[in-house]
Amino acid sequence: MRTRAISAAGLVLAAGMAGLTLTTASPDTITVKGSDTMVILGQRWAEEYMKERKDVTVQVTGGGSGTGIAALINGTTTLANSSRPIKPEEREAAKKNGIDVVEIKTAMDALAIVVNAANPIDHLTLKQVGMIYSGYTNNWKQVGGPDKKIIRYSRESSSGTYAYLKENVLNNRDYAADVQTMPGTSAVAEAVAKDPNAIGYGGVAYFATNPKLKILKVAKDEKSQPISPLNAEGRPNFEVVWSQTYPISRYLYVYSPGEPKGAAKEYLDWILGPRGQEIVEKVEYVPMPGHAAQAASN
Amino acid sequence: MGPESALEQLEKFGTTPRPAAGPAVRARSRRSRLGESLIEILLRINGFIAIAAISLIFVFLFKEGIQAFRTIPASHFIQAQELDFDNVPQTVRLWQPVGHNPKYSLVPLFLGSFLVALPATLIATLFGVACGVYLAEIAGKRTREIVKPAIELLAGVPSVVIGFFCLATLATLLQNILHTTFRLNAMVGALGVSLVIVPVIATMTDDALRAVPGFLREGAHALGANRWETITRVVVPAGASGLIAAILLGMGRALGETMIVLMATGNAAQVTLNPFDSVRTMTATIAAELGSVPQGGEQYRALFLVGALLFTMTFLINLVAELAVARMRKRLAL
Repeated sequence: MRTRAISAAGLVLAAGMAGLTLTTASPDTITVKGSDTMVILGQRWAEEYMKERKDVTVQVTGGGSGTGIAALINGTTTLANSSRPIKPEEREAAKKNGIDVVEIKTAMDALAIVVNAANPIDHLTLKQVGMIYSGYTNNWKQVGGPDKKIIRYSRESSSGTYAYLKENVLNNRDYAADVQTMPGTSAVAEAVAKDPNAIGYGGVAYFATNPKLKILKVAKDEKSQPISPLNAEGRPNFEVVWSQTYPISRYLYVYSPGEPKGAAKEYLDWILGPRGQEIVEKVEYVPMPGHAAQAASN
Repeated sequence: MGPESALEQLEKFGTTPRPAAGPAVRARSRRSRLGESLIEILLRINGFIAIAAISLIFVFLFKEGIQAFRTIPASHFIQAQELDFDNVPQTVRLWQPVGHNPKYSLVPLFLGSFLVALPATLIATLFGVACGVYLAEIAGKRTREIVKPAIELLAGVPSVVIGFFCLATLATLLQNILHTTFRLNAMVGALGVSLVIVPVIATMTDDALRAVPGFLREGAHALGANRWETITRVVVPAGASGLIAAILLGMGRALGETMIVLMATGNAAQVTLNPFDSVRTMTATIAAELGSVPQGGEQYRALFLVGALLFTMTFLINLVAELAVARMRKRLAL
């Protein structure tokens, strides 16, 4: 049963890579597509849920938040993961296809700004991050580091993290032309780990365990205290994310075409329940504030 | 039997009237003629399907691509205006289709594609032509039988494997030697792509040179030319059009290569002419973005326009290559 589900997921992944769309008609098969930031989380949810519910198959694939929402609009997925809120024009496009998209906040995440471990810098302000990524700050010297050119790494434009940073940190300015776009957050982590002059960004979970990377503290402005998204043990710090004291904290969403029903509803209820939120914590994301007590007591 | 007698036999076969066929033979030949014409029709249909498919793709690409002009002003495919941090308007040439004020400049993508394809073709020409000349003119039959399939095997290596090799190993090696600013850059991609097109150029050069008639070589030897002089002054000039075709087809392949450039070039859409800068090619842009855009949207159409442009470019390159081959055939037949 498990192996069949896994091979089916592999098949969907392969089909997705080929740019094909595959619909699964079976009522107890839930397909989830979207955010790469949420792929690890989504797959852990699916694995654990399928252990508890042998009658349900959950297939999770990535591709980016835009990919997931596009699939939702085209009706080729049951649910879409997204690390950014749906855009008004996407909601409109869905309406045209007769789909009224419903948003469910499932977890929170701190967006980490990361540099190579060899870089002496240990904090930046939000504005400095914005200036670096939009190409106005080009040398580490300008932000108090060594006299080296800044090598910027980013995600592809289909990534919710890309859109989030552009809106909230670059204030809708364009990314610099020399920003290198990587196909996934782990590729960003790998690139920054190999390049002493690099800067990257992504969900904190992807960087927290890599010794060749340094997660920077981020200050809201020059006057504020720089805040680390990690606590003393090097794990995500829930308090600063819930209170949004860490200035680049965000929600992780699941979108459903209309109010979730049947298998999808049960799955979402389970995700928002203690078991689902416990897994959020295990994969180094931040559980929803409402479920904090439950998650912490476990 | 000498060659003369064989020739005589051939002539006899052509001129001597065939013995009168009995009714059974006649029926069989009618049946085989029917079968033959059936096969002919099938082959003709196949040929037309290929033409129809390519024209339909052409129409489809352009139909979607041309619609991009409905919402995006034509000048925006070259450049656009954007306020900088001090709110001073600046002319920018960016490909950045996601955001508040999407940018669709094709200039960085166009330059990116050529910054990979040209060095790749150059490197592959150097090795591919040398290899082809060796195979056609110098290598013995035994060596040839081992070397040629080995080269063709290189063409069978999945490009994602080459891409991964470039990303993980070649990029670091190159940066350690040349101390480039960007670890992933156009040159890393070009080296990877050249691995794919060396076999194309080598086998086509080999074919072209082997099509050069033997009497040209014999004539050169008779005039006292040594092997090197025969190759450089007689065989290669005679097969020059074929060589050009080989190189152009290799370049068409290099422009169309996707996976290696997606993995190895860093995908930064910069306007640059430095082959050691990170670049974003047209193919990589389509591959990275098309899967994530809503169908029929502005970005979707813009990506189709990129595809149409790419198709036109490779089509023209292949056309020139075909013309070159046709020219060589005509010249050698004279």
